[in-house]
Amino acid sequence: MSAMELVCPAGTPAALREAIEAGAHAVYCGFRDETNARNFPGLNFSRPEMEEAIDFAHGRGAKVLVAINTFAQAGNMKLWEQAVDDAAAMGADALILADLGVVDHARARHPDQRLHLSVQASASSPEAIGFYVREFGIRRVVLPRVLTLPEIAALNEQIECETEVFVFGGLCVMAEGRCLLSSYATGKSPNMNGVCSPPSHVAYSERDGGEMVSRLGNFTINTFAAGEKAGYPTLCKGRFEAAGRRLYVFEDPTSLNAVDMLAEFRDAGVTALKIEGRQRSKAYVRQVVGDFRRAVDALQTTGETARTSLASLSEGAQETQGVYRKTWR
Amino acid sequence: MALPLPERAPDFVRRLPTPPLFLLRPVFQQLMAGLLRRHPRMFARLGEYGQRTFLIDPVDMPVVFIMKPDAARPRLTPHGRGEALAWEAAVRGPLLKLVSMVNGEEDGDALFFTRDIVIEGDTEAVLALRNAIDDAGIDLVEEVEALLGPLAGPLAALRARIAPLLAGLERLRAGLARTREAKEGTPGSKTERPA
Repeated sequence: MSAMELVCPAGTPAALREAIEAGAHAVYCGFRDETNARNFPGLNFSRPEMEEAIDFAHGRGAKVLVAINTFAQAGNMKLWEQAVDDAAAMGADALILADLGVVDHARARHPDQRLHLSVQASASSPEAIGFYVREFGIRRVVLPRVLTLPEIAALNEQIECETEVFVFGGLCVMAEGRCLLSSYATGKSPNMNGVCSPPSHVAYSERDGGEMVSRLGNFTINTFAAGEKAGYPTLCKGRFEAAGRRLYVFEDPTSLNAVDMLAEFRDAGVTALKIEGRQRSKAYVRQVVGDFRRAVDALQTTGETARTSLASLSEGAQETQGVYRKTWR
Repeated sequence: MALPLPERAPDFVRRLPTPPLFLLRPVFQQLMAGLLRRHPRMFARLGEYGQRTFLIDPVDMPVVFIMKPDAARPRLTPHGRGEALAWEAAVRGPLLKLVSMVNGEEDGDALFFTRDIVIEGDTEAVLALRNAIDDAGIDLVEEVEALLGPLAGPLAALRARIAPLLAGLERLRAGLARTREAKEGTPGSKTERPA
């Protein structure tokens, strides 16, 4: 049985090089505009940088998957179509797409280009995935983080394309591609603009005594006591008062770490393992990719993976196996 | 029992008298000019955010810095803690943490989660600066060596000699952190959600 492919994040050319040197089989990255779901300031690739990155990766036997995974704006398809055409011309190993119109353009104009369905497309049923495979020849689907391990195994029995699952990193509120929280608070969303909780709307302040207050738009997201571990300033990770209790209403500030489950993913028929974090530094990429590559190799050679804790890099310094091992109602 | 390396300077360092700034200013200005010369891609990546004025506050040191990473007129000036300064975005943290972030050794988000690094003001500008620096592959020791010119040789020799010692101390620190984590149990897992 061949090893599962390790798909690693790169927000910058330096992170891409770091990921490949740390053992990434494939790296995903995007252009510096609204076509990719990590459109944060100072991140992403210009056209010449993407071309260099693909050359660098191919020279070392790694693949580059270009994420063009926001939803195109009506009347402004050109930006997305150009991104698809450019990435295909540069020799991208696959395009990660979400928008039906963009998928259609890619299939029509670049019939031999390998296409992956982004998690942003939120396709989680055999019927939805089957549609993309049948109509557009999608070769791989990145599964939304809404499925348990048995559900993934069952899904793989019913579909005719590869599956890729998240194994590490920040967690969404389990409604990828359909989340309106950021848009509600700021008018900008990951789905349309490539930014969840855009930093232009985020503010931090310190109070006497070391308390830190994080705000998003007009909302206070959280107040962290002195020394308390912090999380991202997203509404889904906000701590609010509800029913007389002060609690994380949607999700705790915590990161996914499914390194213990690699054998189960393999047995469930998963092809590729995705590490989240294009907005993170090359130090994060180096450590997480290195640890996961060792785990994938160990699974291949010894059948076991060593437990690795990456809590120090995790949101709120906490880890979870998320919905893969669903323990709540 | 050996102790881990201190992550911030002792409190008295911050309270030391302000060093003679007129001597320091040309040095830091040269450092900034060197960064522009050696890492032009960083300034290009920053784009419009290069026009922002940043306060860099090493919280365990007696000085703070005002930085304007403008490719046309880059500026990095040290100031005493008591000075009233105008800035648009601030990054605060112990000097060693700031340096390790610039050098790409530690992750900025992780340092934010652990509250080692604090940011204020224009969050967008701070993020752009962090990302541009991370991509640039800066090594501050190399930058200082470049600044020193003929004096760089002895510094490089000293660095080579102490490198094994620093690596050993880092391994010790990591080992202690793992021991501490094992004693305290594995990090928490989410096992329940509000109904």
